[in-house]
Amino acid sequence: MLGKLDWSAIPFDQPIPLIAGAIVLVAILAVLIWVVAKGHLPYLWHEWITSVDHKRIGVMYILLASVMLLRGGSDAIMMRIQQAVAYQSQGFLPPEHYNQIFSAHGTIMIFFVAMPFVIGLMNLIVPLQLGVRDVAFPTLNSVGFWLTATGALLVNLSLVVGEFARTGWLAFPPLSQLSYSPGVGVDYYAWSLQISGVGTLVAGINLVTTVLKLRTKGMNYLRMPMFCWTTLASNLLIVAAFPILTATLAMLLLDRYLGFHFFTNEAGGNVMMFMNLIWAWGHPEVYILVLPAFGIFSEVVSTFSGKPLFGYRSMVLATMAICVISFMVWLHHFFTMGAGPDVNAIFGIASMIIAVPTGVKIYNWLFTMYGGRIRFATPMLWAVGFMVTFIIGGLTGVLVAVPPADFMLHNSMFLVAHFHNVIIGGVLFGAFAGFEYWFPKAFGFRLDERWGKAAFWFTFLGFYVTFLPLYIAGMLGMTRRLQHYDVAAWRPWMFVAAFGVLILSIGVICQIMQIVVSIRNREALRDRTGDPWDGRSLEWATSSPPPVFNFAFYPDVRGEDAYWDMKASAQQQSLEHEPPEYRDIEMPRNSPTGFICAFFATIMGFALIWHIWWMVILGGIGAFATFVVFAWRDHDEYVIPADEVAAIDRVNLEERRGLVSMAGTI
Amino acid sequence: MAMTATAGRAHADPHHIGVVIEHPGPAPKRTVTAYGFWVFLLSDIVMFSCFFAAYAVLSGQTAGGPKGSEIFEQRNVAIETVCLLLSSFTCGMASIAADVRNRFWFYLGMTVTCVLGLIFLVIEFREFSDLVARGYGPSRSAFLSSFFSLVGCHGLHVSAGILWLLTMMAQVFAKGFRADVLRRMMCFALFWHALDIVWVGVFSVVYLLGSGV
Repeated sequence: MLGKLDWSAIPFDQPIPLIAGAIVLVAILAVLIWVVAKGHLPYLWHEWITSVDHKRIGVMYILLASVMLLRGGSDAIMMRIQQAVAYQSQGFLPPEHYNQIFSAHGTIMIFFVAMPFVIGLMNLIVPLQLGVRDVAFPTLNSVGFWLTATGALLVNLSLVVGEFARTGWLAFPPLSQLSYSPGVGVDYYAWSLQISGVGTLVAGINLVTTVLKLRTKGMNYLRMPMFCWTTLASNLLIVAAFPILTATLAMLLLDRYLGFHFFTNEAGGNVMMFMNLIWAWGHPEVYILVLPAFGIFSEVVSTFSGKPLFGYRSMVLATMAICVISFMVWLHHFFTMGAGPDVNAIFGIASMIIAVPTGVKIYNWLFTMYGGRIRFATPMLWAVGFMVTFIIGGLTGVLVAVPPADFMLHNSMFLVAHFHNVIIGGVLFGAFAGFEYWFPKAFGFRLDERWGKAAFWFTFLGFYVTFLPLYIAGMLGMTRRLQHYDVAAWRPWMFVAAFGVLILSIGVICQIMQIVVSIRNREALRDRTGDPWDGRSLEWATSSPPPVFNFAFYPDVRGEDAYWDMKASAQQQSLEHEPPEYRDIEMPRNSPTGFICAFFATIMGFALIWHIWWMVILGGIGAFATFVVFAWRDHDEYVIPADEVAAIDRVNLEERRGLVSMAGTI
Repeated sequence: MAMTATAGRAHADPHHIGVVIEHPGPAPKRTVTAYGFWVFLLSDIVMFSCFFAAYAVLSGQTAGGPKGSEIFEQRNVAIETVCLLLSSFTCGMASIAADVRNRFWFYLGMTVTCVLGLIFLVIEFREFSDLVARGYGPSRSAFLSSFFSLVGCHGLHVSAGILWLLTMMAQVFAKGFRADVLRRMMCFALFWHALDIVWVGVFSVVYLLGSGV
């Protein structure tokens, strides 16, 4: 009846996951009770859960990422403490638990923190920057978000029902095969990634189509803001790479569930094929994450230097070059696995070549700052912190791209330090910069600068104190994923790293405090004009938060930095002189399709993990029925009457009047 | 919007390349839908290419089991291929009928497409069950694993396509040739033709090349 599921799945003998699970459960219940008791449920349902508004979906993506960042962060704290104390002892985490923690940490941080954070920012901002009213497929957008949330839910469910994979975040066979991992851990891993992978693919298709087919009048390709370009590149990579992940995990699942022999040791299976396939996805994946961050930095650096982006066209070229070359370097993840010197040399050189366009970008940002009137607001701090940190990460990256050096450093703590250096220093700093920069746009008030700067400095410092020691430990021969060790020379560095995590945690607390304080002082921090940073691109040309239709008129773009030009030529003023003729606007209706689909996907995923076959069929039928019902509805759009559009738009124009006349004089 | 043309035009060609083609604005819904679906099809073909790659890597790994030439029956494959190629033609007929809003020819075209697709699936199912009955199931060898996965993945797509086809017929029956129904019909046709192209790949790589060895 319930497949492999019974009471032994609940880890009653392990206090850590049980207590953590109980706390999370209580927290969720408390929030739910609060929502219901306060009568917020209808609001939540109509305005958020069923919303197909790209801005709302973007915010929900970022919320999901933030919550998951706390989960992945707690895993990191546990790992650092374990390695600090587990010198010639077992520490406080038994091996089977420790292995689950580092696997969950990697999986969550990449798939459920970094991915939703950047996809959320792209969702929120790209249609605004393109000057349009929504993404190409609004309902699918909602489906994509909720499927991502399903994946996150299943991964976290594994904390209390069953177990998570002990294989590392990429589940290499043969360890991940049934014979070596007989439990449900790998199944939790694979099914949650399959489901959230579908969500990511949907988001990718949606954003590619949006950038290529939905742009306002005059928004030629070479007038798009840099963030739109990097979004295009990143989502092209999603469309090209995520199907590889889907196929690879499908093969692994076929091996595990139906006794196929793709990656087994016997009957002709080929383990190296898994390495090639998974990294053919895995390497583009790092660029999927970091390219949007590059776009955010481009926007931030240009805005806070008060200058157009230096070398815009070379930036576009560099972005697209990275997009293509990222598919030609995957083998550098396993130089040591016997491909031979010729192949290794080619992939080593390709890996070093990809540093060139990245270097171009760094110089462009520096030259954008050069001679500019720089304002060191919090987003700019993250951008400058990124440049310093990312260069170090990039240099150690070029170092491990040299095959002979890689033979010494492969799977060492040096590698761990390297990829954290680029992912934290690149992606996470970028996500935070974007968060600080666009928060006023999303919510209509700025974030508190004092707490924001404190968060930056603690995170920045904490990062170095945590990860520079790991470089050294790696040089001293420490391999990754050690549950305990006997080498005295490593221990001091593990202590320093654990102390660094403490500093990082203070950074996280500052970040939370920043949000709390800002919400409390929101009236004082209110952004009335919609342009709090003296911005350059079209998202600042509408109010904060933007109306559901974003723009009363499709803006007419005449060059790069569209909104800056409008301000400079004070076109908004001429708009006020002749009252424009407002028209009715059609917007897509909200739909619970995404949420219901994800509900059935959750049931199906859970049932597949536990081999509850009748429930799988039920979930499948439910998901199909949901789509048919959605396809059957007669009205998928509603009309906002011209009067209402006019009323909303006039308020914003009024607020903006002073700003525009001021910008004209500068 | 009322704007002074001269003020803005100065920026229209910032790099002085002499050519300024103004982007006309957001594309119409039909274009957007078709474009997005093309992008999806590309991603689907990337997924197929992984299974093709796996087949190419593993096709020699028979682990003492049968080789391709020992189990492929060319007559069946020929019938399958004819069915599928013909169904692409009838699907095209149905698309044209939808465009001219002719219900009779639409239903006829879709029904024939459905029947041909079902014949294809039945033949494939019989091939699979026959192999399993002879002890040559997917767990026999890596070659058979990759064979069953590649061909089965295509078969699953055809099955999903038939489910979609029936839904489309029901939609036209209930809603008529509405704009959104027509857009979905266009996507369905693209999907069905794409499956044909994938089958040409399967036919060539698996059955033609495999029969010789």
